[in-house]
Amino acid sequence: MIYFLFAAIKAGTPLLLGTTGEIVTEKAGNLNLGVEGMMFLGAFAGFYVGHHTGSVLLALLASCIMGALGALIYAFLTVTLKANQTVSGLALTIFGTGFANFFGQIMIAGTEGGVPKLPDGFMARLAETPIPLLGNIPVVGKLLFSHNPLVYVAVIISVLCFIYIAKTRPGLNMRSVGENPAAADAAGINVTAVKYIHIMLGGAICGLGGAYISLINGGGVWNNNCVNGQGWIAVALVIFASWSPIKAIIGSLVFGAFSVLQFYAPKDIIDIPNAFYVMLPYLITAIVLVISSVKKSKEHTQPAGCSVNYFREER
Amino acid sequence: MKHIGEPFVRVVKKTELSGGKLTLLSLLALLLAIVAGGLFILTLGKNPFLVYQSIFSGAFRSPLAIQGTIKIAIPLLISALAITLAFKMKFWNIGAEGQIIMGAIFASYFALFHDTLPHFLLLLLMLVAGMVGGGLWGLIPAFFKSKFGTNETLFTLMLNYIALYLIKYLTEGPWRDPSSSGFPKIATFAPNAQLDKVLGVHAGWVIALLLVVFVFVYLRYTKQGYEISIVGESQNTARYAGMNVGKIVMRTMFLSGAVCGIAGMTQATGAAFTLGESVAGGVGFTAIIVAWLARLNPFYCVVMTLFLSALQKGSSVMQSAFGLSTYVSDVLQGIILFVILGFDFFIQYKLVFRGARKK
Amino acid sequence: METKRETTPAIQLSGITKTFESVIANHNINLTVHRGEILALLGENGSGKTTLMNILAGIYKPDSGSIAIDGNPIVIHSPEDANNHGIGMIHQHFKLVEVHTAADNIILGDKKLGTFLKASRRERIKELSERYHLHIDPNKKVYNMSVSEKQTVEILKVLYRGADILILDEPTAVLTPQEATRLFEILRHMREQGCAIIIITHKLDEVMAISDRVTILRKGESVATVNTRETDVHKLTELMVGKAVELSIERPPVSHDGNLLEIHHLSVRNEDGVDALRDVTFDLNQGEILGVAGLAGSGQKELCETLAGLMKPYAGAVLYKNENIIGKTPAEIIKIGISMSFIPEDRLGMGLAASMSMVDNMLLKSYNKEKGPFLKRKGARALAGSLVEQLQIVTPNIDTPVRRLSGGNVQKVLLGREIESNPNVLITAYPVRGLDINSSYTIYNALNQQKEKGVGILFIGEDLDVMLELCDRIMVLCHGRITGIVNAKETTKEALGLMMADAAEKKEGKA
Repeated sequence: MIYFLFAAIKAGTPLLLGTTGEIVTEKAGNLNLGVEGMMFLGAFAGFYVGHHTGSVLLALLASCIMGALGALIYAFLTVTLKANQTVSGLALTIFGTGFANFFGQIMIAGTEGGVPKLPDGFMARLAETPIPLLGNIPVVGKLLFSHNPLVYVAVIISVLCFIYIAKTRPGLNMRSVGENPAAADAAGINVTAVKYIHIMLGGAICGLGGAYISLINGGGVWNNNCVNGQGWIAVALVIFASWSPIKAIIGSLVFGAFSVLQFYAPKDIIDIPNAFYVMLPYLITAIVLVISSVKKSKEHTQPAGCSVNYFREER
Repeated sequence: MKHIGEPFVRVVKKTELSGGKLTLLSLLALLLAIVAGGLFILTLGKNPFLVYQSIFSGAFRSPLAIQGTIKIAIPLLISALAITLAFKMKFWNIGAEGQIIMGAIFASYFALFHDTLPHFLLLLLMLVAGMVGGGLWGLIPAFFKSKFGTNETLFTLMLNYIALYLIKYLTEGPWRDPSSSGFPKIATFAPNAQLDKVLGVHAGWVIALLLVVFVFVYLRYTKQGYEISIVGESQNTARYAGMNVGKIVMRTMFLSGAVCGIAGMTQATGAAFTLGESVAGGVGFTAIIVAWLARLNPFYCVVMTLFLSALQKGSSVMQSAFGLSTYVSDVLQGIILFVILGFDFFIQYKLVFRGARKK
Repeated sequence: METKRETTPAIQLSGITKTFESVIANHNINLTVHRGEILALLGENGSGKTTLMNILAGIYKPDSGSIAIDGNPIVIHSPEDANNHGIGMIHQHFKLVEVHTAADNIILGDKKLGTFLKASRRERIKELSERYHLHIDPNKKVYNMSVSEKQTVEILKVLYRGADILILDEPTAVLTPQEATRLFEILRHMREQGCAIIIITHKLDEVMAISDRVTILRKGESVATVNTRETDVHKLTELMVGKAVELSIERPPVSHDGNLLEIHHLSVRNEDGVDALRDVTFDLNQGEILGVAGLAGSGQKELCETLAGLMKPYAGAVLYKNENIIGKTPAEIIKIGISMSFIPEDRLGMGLAASMSMVDNMLLKSYNKEKGPFLKRKGARALAGSLVEQLQIVTPNIDTPVRRLSGGNVQKVLLGREIESNPNVLITAYPVRGLDINSSYTIYNALNQQKEKGVGILFIGEDLDVMLELCDRIMVLCHGRITGIVNAKETTKEALGLMMADAAEKKEGKA
């Protein structure tokens, strides 16, 4: 059971980062379906820099920058050039996926034996290590305090994002832009700047999520197609978490749990086909979506200005 | 005379363009996109002209190459037509992927378990089953949208996954091929349940071209097509005209899903000869881009589909000639899409520079 | 020096021009406001008042012209610039974030606050609201608020920013008379404190009541500025519409009898579950124009939609030739000859498909009459052609998208189609909204022709003067209740005005 939950946390972390990044983006009024692409960009950049420099910090930084750059393309298209958000996001996913695999392939071709690896010391620094003292607590220690460092980074980022969105003035500005850009504009908020900043911030967080996949889940070896749809799961999770980074922590745990459940479920007690375990989160998300629309709740749902571009002189 | 208060450059909304100008600008955008892609190739140290040439010849140099290109184009074109139906109504359906899968699943049922039926009856049954499967999958989000206002973009996205894992379930469970020992898979369809070839490519292309004409006529010349445009234009106008908006939305989404279902059926029975998780393989998403770039015009859809399919097919040839992996086609596709999407701005808006307006 | 400062206006607009696509909204407009003064900006709908003020508020950028504040030329690039210059605008369509609390809406964009939101912000807003006697609950979410509460939040927003140049766009349109009176008190108080105030309106009595000077716009140009004390309602009307109007609308006598529609005890709840119509009972006779007057949002829209079958009442009946039509679908109601046209504020969006041609718009209600799955455009084409001639619709050709036509022509297309469908009952809401005088007369004539044919017309209007001359009877709605049905020849504007406010007063009295 502990191992199961432990694995769930491990599997849920990149989802958490992707989800948090997308929440930040959507809260500022942009539905960016390019999460998958941005995670790919981050995954590649993180691995590439890690592979060549051996520095964990530089690798993570590179993944953030690359994710943000991908988001910048999207921001330029949708905010400045007012292109359709759905289609622009899809284009970003195609581009990011292609980019990571293309240069990944070049990296594979340029490595002896065709298997690009991260230096040994690099992996050691990202290994699962119990936190002193806390890690020794029975059960809880193993479950919560013996993870690789990126798990904590992810949780901290989510909590910070939650505080930022709910409790700070820039967070209020951003929520206003996402809900009603015309109102925010009239109040003197620079809608364009707010959108750019948060789309790129969201992209950076997604990029970090990608790095988690290539650095941790990949076991130190580069695989093409490593993100493999996790960016799309993150988009789903945003709904599941009803646009709250805190609920995203729980949500990613649930999604992570279901994705590894097939390996841990006691088959003799409950024998459900594996596919249903993986399907269940999406089914629940769809139901959540319907319920919230039946309730017609205005809060805890997609920001009203989402997927609509803002042009001040629109009449 | 310089007035205070006039900024250097302003963005102004344009009046709508006439058809000719629009086509010209669209072609210009495509050209720019190809140039941008060329610049990317240049940064890789290759000659963009040679690379483009090899992509082009790779896609069209031989009958076999052309057949390959068309094979890629078939599901893309059919799905883009389906998306066109939905988008015309401003129903942001991104669930083509799932609808293709459901169409494939329904059609596969007959391919697997009723493959002794007469060939044409079986094909017809599979086609109808595919349409019903895809149609139902399109109907679900339409139902919730019209009853409760459920966000269709997010809902159809979820349905994609549910459909995908349904295949996984069937593959691992009830439909698993007992004769395959290792990795679970579904059996190859009997030849009787395979779509016939016409001129070397499975008959899906005939269906696709028929659908192009059908969708064009349907949208332009029928009452139902008219209703779709009105609902897309303004739901209030539709209501005031006495239309049953919910019914129209559901009917159109059933149709859109059904067309996707045809794509799924042709993929399973004409291309893969089995049902696998990759039966849709992202086509449903690319189709959205095709439909959008084609400005929801069925004939432009053909052009855009051929363009993207040739790029994909041709890049496999380029791999051997230039040592660039086939992934380059994704990168190029991305760059081209970015440029065309961005260029749309100049169709809707214009920039007015300071002093330009003085007469 | 002192005297010079006295005469330097707080705001001076010179030569402002603004065009939208092909429409000239403002042309070479000059305007000044001084501190301690209330300026009324008067003009018909569509005369460019709101556009001009949006330029001042930084929403629109002018094509040319200059702005000076206290004599200093400035450039307003954005609403933020406007805020920094002390300009605050209360828009007619509120700019509020629905899911935020009142307090958060008010402090929005205040850069002086720290990074973190403090709970004490609510207290500050509470104090502010009490200081100005504008009572609101700082924690109430905007989507739970009534219109007047929302307006209060908008006013507090401006006050919070310490704006000393205030622009109000038709602030009383959504208010009861009592609320309007209170608003005027606040404005006078602010004037005494040295604020410069611009109030946009087309209600003449308000102009006379509150303003010091009036600037009149007509078709995008500033035609005159006068001192309120030296003018009167008649002179203002003259300036506003361009010529001395003898509003002489024909009123052919009622030549038919027998009623068409009988509405019995109709009660309707709107989407939010609030009673929008309460126990409404009236008749509509053949060959008469029955006017419906009332403040905006008194139930006019719900009445139209219920009669057209778009809303379901929870009580009551609508008898058409002694048959109850409640429960029939909108399509069935159109078929029996009840036609409804509603001109919304944006003109398009209800009744017309903006990006489609006139021909395709002609088909909207008739496309289903022909058998078979295909559209028949032939008849519609002929109809579009004949409407262009009959109603003098200005359009390049009948295949031009209606979006490209001017507002007046769009309305002619809409109304023309309704009339050509040969209805027995014609429900028309705001058919002259935003039209110039000439176009309005074209429409009044068209309505009168229908009346003489025996059609029963329900005319939902805004302008009481027009209704007094055009309609045979006038029914007044207030908060969804009928407060009176009177003969138009025997009543006065004042009497109607009192009825329009009637229920509001009673309600206030109880509270």
